Amino acid sequence: MIHYVIKRILMMIPTLLVISFIVFVIIQLPPGDYLETYIAELESQGESVDPDKIAYLRKEYGLDQPFMLQYFNWVKGFASGNFGYSFEFDLPVNEVVGDKIWLTILVSVVTIMFTWLIAFPIGIYSATHQYSWGDYGLSLVGFIGLATPNFLLALIMLYLANRWFGTSIGGLMDPQFLDQPWTWAKLKSVLEHLWIPVIVIGTSGTAGMIRRIRANLLDELDKQYVLTGKAKGLAPGKLLRKYPLRMAMNFFIADIGSLLPSIISGAEVTAIVLSLPTTGPMLLTALQSQDMYLAGTFLMFLASLTVIGMLVSDLLLAWLDPRIRLQGEVVQ
Amino acid sequence: MSEKHYVSAAPFDPQSAERLDPAQEKYYLASRRRLIWWKLKRHKLAVWCGFILLLMYGSTLISEWIAPYYYQTRYSDQIYTPPQKLHLFHKGEFVGPFVYGNKFNLNMDTLKREYVPDLNRVEKIRFFCKGDPYKFWNWLPSEFHLFCPAEGKTMFLFGTDRLGRDMFSRIIYGARISLLIGLGGIAVSLFLGLLLGGLAGYYGGWIDSVIQRITEIIRSFPELPLWMALSAILPVTWSPLLVFFGITVILALLDWTGLARSVRSKLLALREEDYCTAARLMGAQPGRIISKHLLPGFSSHIIASATLSIPGMILGETALSFLGLGLRPPITSWGVLLNEAQNINVVALYPWLILPVVPVIVIILAFNFFGDGLRDAADPYK
Repeated sequence: MIHYVIKRILMMIPTLLVISFIVFVIIQLPPGDYLETYIAELESQGESVDPDKIAYLRKEYGLDQPFMLQYFNWVKGFASGNFGYSFEFDLPVNEVVGDKIWLTILVSVVTIMFTWLIAFPIGIYSATHQYSWGDYGLSLVGFIGLATPNFLLALIMLYLANRWFGTSIGGLMDPQFLDQPWTWAKLKSVLEHLWIPVIVIGTSGTAGMIRRIRANLLDELDKQYVLTGKAKGLAPGKLLRKYPLRMAMNFFIADIGSLLPSIISGAEVTAIVLSLPTTGPMLLTALQSQDMYLAGTFLMFLASLTVIGMLVSDLLLAWLDPRIRLQGEVVQ
Repeated sequence: MSEKHYVSAAPFDPQSAERLDPAQEKYYLASRRRLIWWKLKRHKLAVWCGFILLLMYGSTLISEWIAPYYYQTRYSDQIYTPPQKLHLFHKGEFVGPFVYGNKFNLNMDTLKREYVPDLNRVEKIRFFCKGDPYKFWNWLPSEFHLFCPAEGKTMFLFGTDRLGRDMFSRIIYGARISLLIGLGGIAVSLFLGLLLGGLAGYYGGWIDSVIQRITEIIRSFPELPLWMALSAILPVTWSPLLVFFGITVILALLDWTGLARSVRSKLLALREEDYCTAARLMGAQPGRIISKHLLPGFSSHIIASATLSIPGMILGETALSFLGLGLRPPITSWGVLLNEAQNINVVALYPWLILPVVPVIVIILAFNFFGDGLRDAADPYK
């Protein structure tokens, strides 16, 4: 097991390196750099631009260096927690980011929990009651969740929450708690606001998960060993719990890998509509104003989150299923 | 030669052991395509959804006829008109489809524009009529519409937006772009998926592992943030049409991995089939094996998975345009229309502006159900 864990963690490093390179290429692609946007902005306001100052800034930020050197400097900083400089905020990226990253993780983790809590029982019900009215009804609800764009659901939920429960519009906490240290009251306020994004982001992932759990469990239910168990007089509940469910668990865990990217995608748009203090809104503005290191750090962070999520799911699978542990790879 | 063993002189009849009835014979002799069609037909929901898709895509061919207005015609005195109801009976009498004319009133307390239907003004809808001028497919000038408002009157079935443009016409025109971007995206993605998946599956070895690693890395990116980053790259100086192509390619760039994976796994599995070995032993060239024996074996699966990945692209375009990173006006897609509904005030005051989401949901559901049916039917021998 230890051998497998080490091998799996080591495999992650080249993946992350390639991802960091792709991210850097993408944020470098737009013609010009932040300083050019900055100069244009100043000029449009009728202010004169001191070329010496621009040259100084360009040197200071390392924008005059060749591409590869800029990339290496950026990646080198990761180890010491230095993610570059945000031009827009005139601050190092880590200070701008603040607790946004933790709030993003919080929203994502709670959404995954929500997705599981909803999808698991419904998936099992749909599989064991195949072609019943309940199965059709739940599938339809799931499909509509899948088809409705997240951002629109967010808008509607926001409106309803405000109308029915008087929750303040947008954000992840009441305004008076912004930039305050964590207290119980703040935590309570966050929990009060958390349910809207969680439901909004969770709907699309839940629908997909229900369908996959249903399909996998149906495959298992068709197998001979279930029939044998039934023939030997095992109680239906016990039979389900003991055999097919455990087999279907495998797919359930492996699904984290595909669930995470979709949840993070959904979380970004939803966060922009709900103006959550997570990475979403800031990523959008950073992309629009070519604040490259800030945008790059967010992209890198989001991609790492999914890579780490896949690592967790692989490790869980290995722990759960001896076949994977022993052969060192996922059995499909 | 002496009669060592008996040979019957009667012509060979393959059915001598067991006679097939006509229905069975029809089934056994049917081509693969016919079998897929029969199996798909049994899936009622999929057939209905296929029909809806056909209707929606068909409508994009004649958007200009269906829409009563040109999509950029403004009625500056009619901004934010709520949807007008279509009636058939006036005071218990049948008059055919008509709308009641609106009475406009500016509420001086709230400064809100209020439109009240005037129950005395019956404005009958005209059919096959002359209305707003337009250029059919941006080419042929014409004034023909399938239906238009009464002469000199207006009719806004889905209301109007902040510039007084008819939402119904804009949704009809938007369908053209939204549906086309799904098809365009899937075409690019299919090309990439077939090429790279085919290379990986047919050659195997190091080519396979390199392509596998690339797909794994692309799949580990959350799609939307990467789409956002890529579309932020498109220069502001590009024309809306160029941006449209740019967005199509961007959507496809992250989508081909799923197709490549299924092409690869199917190729790997089919390559080992007995009929393939037989063909090879009989001296068939790789080109013939691929086109004659492998491709027909998995093309139906590929079409099914392509169908299932179109909705993701339509949703992606909608989300990007909603955020203002996607298509740019005057190109009008459902996402561009939803861009107007960006804040909560709109939902509260002018809820009809979120109507473009209805066709989005319908098309996504239709593609999903149709794709599901297609996937089940793709393997008719099961």
